Formats: sequence, structure tokens, C-alpha cells
Amino acid sequence: MNAPLIGARIQRKEDYRFLTGSGQYTDDVVLPGQTYAVFVRSPHAHAKIKSIKKDKALKAPGVLAVYTGEDLAAAKVGGLPCGWLITGTDGQPMKEPPHPPLAQGKVRYVGDHVAVVVGESIEAARDGAELVEVDYEALPAVVDATKAMQKGAPALHDIAPDNKCYTWALGDKAAVDAAFAKAAHVTKLEFVNNRLIPNAIEPRAANARYSRADDSYTLYVANQNPHVERLLMTAFVLGLPEHKVRVVAPDVGGGFGSKIYLYAEDVVVTWASRQLARPVKWTAERSESFVSDAHGRDHHTLAELAMDKDGRFLGMRVHTTANLGAYLSTFASCIPTILYATLLAGQYTTPVIYCEVTAVFTNTAPVDAYRGAGRPEATYVVERLVETAAREMKLDPAEIRRRNFIRTFPYQTPVALMYDTGNYEATLDAAMNMGDVAGFARRKEEAARRGKLRGLGYACYIEACGIAPSNIAGALGARAGLFEAGEIRVHPTGSVTVFTGSHAHGQGHETTFAQVVADRLGLPIESVDVVHGDTSKILFGMGTYGSRSIAVGGTAIVKALDKIIAKGKKIAAHLMEAAESDIEYDRGVFKVAGTDKQKAFGEVAFAAYVPHNYPLDKLEPGLNENAFYDPTNFTFPAGSYVCEVEIDPDTGKTTIVKFSAVDDFGKVINPMIVEGQVHGGLTQGIGQALTEGCRYDPETGQLVTGSFTDYCIPRADDVPSYQLDTRETPCTHNPLGVKGCGEAGAIGAPAAVMNAITDALWSMGVKDLAMPATSESVWRAIHMKRAA
Amino acid sequence: MHAFNYHRPSSVNDAAALAAKQAEGKLLAGGQSLVQAMKLRLASPSDLIDLGAIGDLKGIKVDGGSVSIGAMTRHAEVAGSAEVKKAIPALAYLASQIGDRQVRNMGTLGGSLANADPAADYPAAVLGLGATVVTNKRKIAADDFFKGLYETALQPGEIITQVSFPAPKRAAYVKFKNPASRFAIVGVFVADTGKGVRVAVTGAGPSVFRVADMEKALGAKFAPDAVAGIKVKADGLNTDLHASAEYRAHLVTVMAKRAVEAALK
Amino acid sequence: MAVRVSMTVNGKAVSAEVEPRTLLVTFIREHLGLTGTHVGCDTAQCGACTIHMNGKAIKACSMVAMQAQDANVVTIEGVAKPDGTLHPMQAAFKEHHGLQCGFCTPGMVMNAIDFAKSHPNPSEQEVREALEGNLCRCTGYHNIVKAITAGAKAMAG
Repeated sequence: MNAPLIGARIQRKEDYRFLTGSGQYTDDVVLPGQTYAVFVRSPHAHAKIKSIKKDKALKAPGVLAVYTGEDLAAAKVGGLPCGWLITGTDGQPMKEPPHPPLAQGKVRYVGDHVAVVVGESIEAARDGAELVEVDYEALPAVVDATKAMQKGAPALHDIAPDNKCYTWALGDKAAVDAAFAKAAHVTKLEFVNNRLIPNAIEPRAANARYSRADDSYTLYVANQNPHVERLLMTAFVLGLPEHKVRVVAPDVGGGFGSKIYLYAEDVVVTWASRQLARPVKWTAERSESFVSDAHGRDHHTLAELAMDKDGRFLGMRVHTTANLGAYLSTFASCIPTILYATLLAGQYTTPVIYCEVTAVFTNTAPVDAYRGAGRPEATYVVERLVETAAREMKLDPAEIRRRNFIRTFPYQTPVALMYDTGNYEATLDAAMNMGDVAGFARRKEEAARRGKLRGLGYACYIEACGIAPSNIAGALGARAGLFEAGEIRVHPTGSVTVFTGSHAHGQGHETTFAQVVADRLGLPIESVDVVHGDTSKILFGMGTYGSRSIAVGGTAIVKALDKIIAKGKKIAAHLMEAAESDIEYDRGVFKVAGTDKQKAFGEVAFAAYVPHNYPLDKLEPGLNENAFYDPTNFTFPAGSYVCEVEIDPDTGKTTIVKFSAVDDFGKVINPMIVEGQVHGGLTQGIGQALTEGCRYDPETGQLVTGSFTDYCIPRADDVPSYQLDTRETPCTHNPLGVKGCGEAGAIGAPAAVMNAITDALWSMGVKDLAMPATSESVWRAIHMKRAA
Repeated sequence: MHAFNYHRPSSVNDAAALAAKQAEGKLLAGGQSLVQAMKLRLASPSDLIDLGAIGDLKGIKVDGGSVSIGAMTRHAEVAGSAEVKKAIPALAYLASQIGDRQVRNMGTLGGSLANADPAADYPAAVLGLGATVVTNKRKIAADDFFKGLYETALQPGEIITQVSFPAPKRAAYVKFKNPASRFAIVGVFVADTGKGVRVAVTGAGPSVFRVADMEKALGAKFAPDAVAGIKVKADGLNTDLHASAEYRAHLVTVMAKRAVEAALK
Repeated sequence: MAVRVSMTVNGKAVSAEVEPRTLLVTFIREHLGLTGTHVGCDTAQCGACTIHMNGKAIKACSMVAMQAQDANVVTIEGVAKPDGTLHPMQAAFKEHHGLQCGFCTPGMVMNAIDFAKSHPNPSEQEVREALEGNLCRCTGYHNIVKAITAGAKAMAG
């Protein structure tokens, strides 16, 4: 009756509101009696707070209140919690220093929260913030993680005098050492995985209202997981009962990880709204986003790959120092460990792997998950090693990969994961075809005639998405569940509202999830709407991160749908006076098998809500079901990227002339949306490789890249049009066969780009180059080699 | 933004009178730099004297050998002007490379020159073409106008009214952009005026400057090779996050060579 | 201290007493309640605040409201037909999936419409260069470029 919707390029349901300016983002919410908050932030990377004087600010016109850490402490407001406990190689729990929402006694990074000023208008609050007098005693600061570990480095926290949060390891060290001892060749690289600033285009914002009438709070917040935000804030920070707090994450303008976390500002405006009995809104200015959003990456890594004489991988050894910033952000601790070391097998049969990670506090903004979160870092390690190994051994980089691909599934890696399915050769073949690798030599020659250098690089990535199951994650230190919840509400006339705990902030769930539901029920997509992002409407949710929405959230919806259909069959059986076991459901119609008797979905729904002819003795009326789904394994999206660059040796400017990406996301629900996710991910990955790099002044700890005029996120003319394709090996352990697609591009692209650049420069003796490969750094590499 | 008083005079004289009265006041042209600075509270004028309502300050006139552009003429108007494209295509092209589309629809020639950002594009054209900056008080030769980092010969209350650009025999502007801000890391304007060659460099130093060695070499032979071997000294050039002085010095030669190539096309 | 600012916004005459330091984007969002125009940065890079002033795309965060005195302003809310039919550029963004989170979208559309008026059949390079003043973190620009190319053709009829 209706064409299948799964796999169709359906235009998005959410677009009309965004295209006409009718979206509602947090800053668009203006509540009666609205007030505005401005944070006084630390200008120092590290300093003692000797005193804070509020008087002048409080006297300024329009200023309503000034609060400091002392006020919060007096009110017994707790610190911001970390959601993952890592246990170190010494058997000790990680160091968890206090993380007060407003600084108490000391500030630890530029942008750290010192006080909040609430005013009648944003300008009044800003004027007031300038009048808060803070007397600091500046302390020496350290921004580099390797330096922070050195003797005599300034210590940030009393409980971690050496600035180490933990040293953690995964893998069999002795077996890896033995593998290296018998290797014919070892490839070794030392590099920094550059710190990135997420920069969703909507700055973070929070607007809280307190109601004395029922002693309840409503917080509108730009956030990726409103239930988690509520859970952390109520249980750990404000000590409020959850039923008195409603968290709404309305339209959210991009997240990329940076809006997962419980931030100080969210807590402070919520608390302040009660003190003032008026709504308090804070919206970040971009310069605040730069200093106070959780940053991403920032690893210093020494990586080695051992091979036999034919280029077969024997073992891998990785030592990483991870910069956590000044405090533990919500999921900071699991990113450079659980989500990093476990991915070091990549697509290969490397039999033994050992990875040791030391996580360090520094006087910088907290570091947490940013698109890919640990997996881009792992892919960079693996794919830079593999490509370099091929060059060193004079093997074709595609060939060395083929010699080591995993080909039988399920496959147990030496770093804890069990890959359920994949076909790495298929994506590599397709990407090589699409990128016309065969014609590369000719193009390189042609470029050389124009005085330009060409390079070609590969990246064959794997990622683990839909992080799960909860009990295993719990054993590894997770302090939260990793399931998802969904609810299907069938209305009396047969239209459907879907409630999901997966939040959308660009991913198009309102369309994709509607496609799944409409397809499975055989209804037109117009009959299905999706609701998310409001704890008062959604039963529960773990939210959106780690490319988990379709694999976990989508499956929860499917589980609820199964219940709907099962109940519908019971009702239909009653209506048609048939045995329940004889009822089949097929594209919108309940049929009695082998007869022409049938009832439309809408008729059954109507019967459920107007139960005049209904088995009330056996069945409740209504047609509304929910489900919680906790996956049995991760999903493993994988793919192959081929990047071709052209370098102008006179300026060092790198241009990506061709980028071909073939991904295996399992079953694809909406190819148009999936392609969009890949485009965006690739661009962020290219940004990491070519233009983006957070820099702090090593002496003063000032953020040097504190605005878009200094921190370069890619613009339209920095990136090419992409060539994309997919191959499908359906996930084996969820009913939709889906794996997730949100982060792939950002995971695979950096290595592909850097492999291409180093390919172009290899013959000049350039083995490695730091990200971002800016024009000057590429020019310098060429220039130095030429000079030498 | 700090609070300020706003004025909207309708003539240059009124604007000048207001400016004379308000020592801490600022003239507002397109505002593409000033408003930003005020938003970040880096500039806090007591008074803002908006030149936007003064019709006399707008417009483009081509007269024989020169192009006169009113100080409040938007970059987009210069970039899109058929007359400018015909008389001095390099000038129209330069204007098309300033900032971005939206900035070009607001930003003005006079505002850009008065601000004298070391990485702005217009100063390269003014100096490269040997233009004359006309104010409500006098005419200032390009060589006398730029005095240093954000510094010009303008006196307090002096208002640029127009700039007169002599049409060269051939000229070109080539810019190597800062990837983030899109200002010039190095921009080189080369003009063969008929009476000699002028080479003006923006972005590289604290202020736009000429390169005498290149001018001399190009005067003898107007060809890319003539400048290929001429290096400017890195000493005194800007070093920042995006480019070291050494790299900038190198880029001056590369961009100069490319500008000559472009001028010959 | 307050000044009176008057302009036409989406075809309607509006006038208000404002502090001189009121930015045009603040006037549009807070005073007029037209929240489709967004603020994504404080240094005039992101272009989320792009509107039309006297037919030209400009950044409403980079000017005080008084600079738009007597001007004809159009925001994203004034682009579709009164019956709700999308403008051809809006329709092209929808058709080509030129938006994800939607936050940069109004600015993108406003700039694209202005650009397309003078570029009825733009090349990919022209479109990419025209987007120098608009940042998007979601789409990688790929589909925005496709949308603007198609939208420009549709506008040209």
C-alpha cells in the first residue's frame, strides 16, 4: 500500500521551520520576567583568588545579584561530577579533584568561572560584570601535558600533586615486547593529535525558571541529552528531586560532543533562578565558547608497529599522554582510554597490542568528547603507522592493508572488542575506484609540470558506536546506563507520535525515525511525528553521542513498535473473530491469514480507544507502548577514504582536489541524511588536518586561538565537493542492521589528508608533519629539505 | 558594548563640528571594524558620529586619468562598478577580495583607510597606485598617509571625503589570505604607472610599505622574473599565529611575482 | 539617552526607542521578536545574523540599529510567500539537504538570495567564494553549494 521508506531519500520534516526562521533555540526563549546572566571569568591560567568584591557591581543600574563560589558553597551546591571512573594500572581509582561550578579559592584556566552577575538586561549584566573586583595572586601555569608531568611543574589540585589523573593500560605488554623482538621492521612515529575547539555554530545557552507555586524548575538548555543533564544536576550537584526539574533541550544548533556535558553555567543559572524567583538566561558569546566549551583530542603519542619481512603486522605499542584540561569534564576520563585504546586494532589482524595512557591535568579548558572522541585519535595512530610502514618497506599502501585485513567475523581483537561483521576489502576497492587511484601517477606528473606537488593518502578506519552493554560498561567504570528509551503513541485515528530519548541537533531524527516507524507500520510518513528533547514528555533518554541514535535509540523504537503490532494483533483477532496466531500484519493492514478478512491499522487503533467491541477482560484499552533497549555489543562502522592533495610548493598551501569516501554503516535508512553526516564529518576531519589547532601561550596560559579570526574552522572554499558511496554489511545484533554514521568522517579524514600530504613530500624526505598542516608548516618542511 | 551618544549628521561640516567637540568620540563609517571592537569592549567611544546619512561622501567618478571614490562608498560598489573595472581593474578586483560579501556590502573605503589595519587590502591599492586621500581639510599623498600600526596622518576630527586613484598602465593585486580572518597575510599591489612602477605590500609589516628594489627592477623590466630573486628582510615584519616574519618575507616575493604575472595578462 | 529608530522590516514600518548601543541584530531579535536571525559569533565571521538591508546581504551583528535608520530590512521571516510557500532558495535548501541543525541556515539563505540575484548560473567556485562570510559546522558545505546552485537557477526562472 505504501512504498518502503527505509532506504529512501526522504526530505526532512524539520526543514520548514529552520528555513523560515521558526526554529526555537535556547536563546530564542524569552520568559516573563526574564533576567540575564554574565559570568566573570578568570583572566589567569592559574591564580589564587584573594578576594572578590561585589559592592560596585551590585550598585550598578539594572544589576540584580552577584554570586560567587562562596555563595554556592554556603548553599551546599555540589561540584560537577565525572561520569566514568577509570582504575589505573596501580589499582587505584583516578584522581577526582573537586570541580566547583564557581571557583573556590583558586582558578585553574583562562575562562574558569569566578562569579555570575544577573541583570535586568544583558548589557546591564555586562556592565556589572566589569565592576566585580577580583584580587588574584597569579601562579605559574602549565598548558602542555608532557610538561605538567615533569618534576617541579605547577600543581593544579592538592589531590594530584604530580598532575596525573591516572595511568591506565590495555593489552598484553609482555606479548607485545616479544613480538617487537622478532620483528623484521619497526615503524615508529611520535606526534601530537592536536587540540580542537568544537564550535557548534549555536553557542551554548541556558535559561532557567523556578516556580514557587510548585517548587519546580524548568531549564531550557542547548544540550544533547536532557535526561542525563537532569540526572547529573539533580542527583550530584543541586540535590533536588528529579520530578521537580524539567529539562528541555529545544532546537539545538549542533553539538559534536560539546553539548553532552553538565556545565557550570547550567547549574548556576538554575540555582540563581530560585534565589531571584525570576528566570535567568545565559547565552555564550563566541569568545566564551572558545574558552569554556569542552575541547577535544590533545594527545601526545609515541606509536610503534612491528612487522615481519612481508609487512604482516606482528604487534603494536602505543604510549599516549592525554591532556584532560583543568578539571574532569563529564565523560573526560573514558575518551582517551575506553574509546581510544580499544580501537587500535583498526581493520587489521595485529595479534597483540599494548597501549598505555597517562591522563594529566593542565591549566587549560577541560577536554572531553568531540566528534569521534578517542576513535579519531586511534585511527590516526593506526593509519599513519600503516601508511608510513608501507612507504618504509616500499610496499603499496593499499597492498599492505590488504595483507593485514580482518576477513573472518566475528573477530575478537586483542584490545577487548568483538567485531560482529564487516568487509574492509569491499570499501577499499570501491574507494580506490572512485578516487581513480589508477590514474594518480598521470595526474601527479601533470601537476609537476605546473610546478605543483601531488599526494594520495588512504585511511581505513573502524569505529565502535552505540556504546554498550550497560553492565559491561559499568564494569569498566561507567557511572550511567547506556541504553535508550522509546515510546510509540498511536492516536485513536491511527496517526502516531514517537517519543525518543535520542536528541537531534542536526541529525534529522524527526525524519529518520519517522521513516523507520512509518515503514514498519506501513503508514504514510506524514502520519508519524517524532518528539524529543523534553524530560516532561519523554519517559527517559541517554541522549545523543557516539553515533548511537539509530542503533540504540532506533532499536528502542522498533522494540516498542513490536509491542504495538503484537497488541494490535490481539485487538484485530478479536474484531475479526479469529485466532491471534492467524493474524498477520502487512503494511498497514491486519489480515487473517489465508482469508480476505482484514482491518486497517487505523480501525484497530480506533477500537483500542473506543473499546466498545473489545476484549476488555483480557486487554487494556489504548495503544501506547514503550521500550528500553540495551544493546548486546557495539556496532562497528568502517570505511575507506582516499584523499588526493595538491600542494603549491611556493606558498605551502594544500588544496584537497579529490576526496572519495566509501563507508559501511550497515543498513542505511535515509541516504540523503547519511551523506550529509559524512560531508560534515569529513569537513571537521579536514579542519583538524589542515586548519584547526587550539593554541595556548606556553608561558601565560592565555588562549591564543580565542576567536574565529584566529581559530580557523573550514569555510566553503577550503573543502572540495566529496565523492561518497556505501557498502552494506548489516549489523548482526540489532533488528534494523544499522551501525551509525555521525562521526565516521571526522574519524577517517585526518589520517587520509595527512597521508596524502606526506605522500606528496615523501620523496623530499619529509616523513611526518604535525597537524594542522598549515601553509607555513608545509612550506617550511619543503623549504628546510630543499635548503638541506 | 559600552554606552555612547549617537549622532547622525547630514553634512561633512556638521560631522567635523561634532568630532571637534567630542574628544573621545569616533567617526562611524561602515562599522565593520569599529562596531566589532566596541562589541568586545576594546573600543569605548563616548560618542559615535555616524557618517551614513551624508550623501556627499558616496559615489564613484571617473574623470580622464583618475578614479575618485567617495569615502562612504561600499567595497561592493567599487568591486561591482563597471567604470572602475574599466579604468583600474586591479582596484575593482582588490575591493572584491576584502572580507566577505556581507562585509563588502557595508564596509567603506574611508573607514578602511582611517582604521589602517596592517592587514587591510585598500592601503595596498592607495599606496600602490600613488593615490591622493582627500579630507575635509586637505589632500594627502598616499606616501604621506600611512604612518604605522593603525596610524595615519589624519588629525583628530579630520574626515576623509574621497580618494583619487590615478589609472595606471597596468596593475594587479594578489593576496595570500589568512585562512581564519581572511585578511591579508601578505597582499602585494603592483602598478606600472607609465612613469614608473610601484610595489605596495600589506599584511606583512606593521603598516603598508613599498619595496624599492622591486620597483627598480620592474622599472627596468616589467616581468615576473625581475622580482623572483628579490627578498625583503624579515626583520620588522609581523609574526603571529598564522605566519612568521620569515614566511611573510618569502611570500612577499611570491605574491609580487604573481602580481606581475597577473598584471601582464 | 535613548534614541528613536525607525525602519521597514519585512514590509512593515517599525519604530522604537532604543539605547544607541543596541545592535541591529538585537533590535530584530529582542525588540521585534524575529528570532530567525541568529548570533553565532562576536567577530563578524559566522554570518548567522545575515539579513537584507536595502536589498543587500549584511551582517546584523556588525552594526548598530541606528545605522539602519529609514532602511528597508528583510529577515528570514520575510522571505517565504505570505501563504507559506517557500522562496525558491529556501526550497532548494530543503530539496538538496542544505541544512542540518538549522542554526546557520537563515544567514546562508539570506546571503544566497542576494548572491543569486547577480549570479543566475554560478559556478561551484563562485558559490564557495560567496560563502566566505558564512560558517557552517554541520553540512561540510557540500549540499549548501548544491542548493545555492540550484536555487539560483530557480530564482532566474
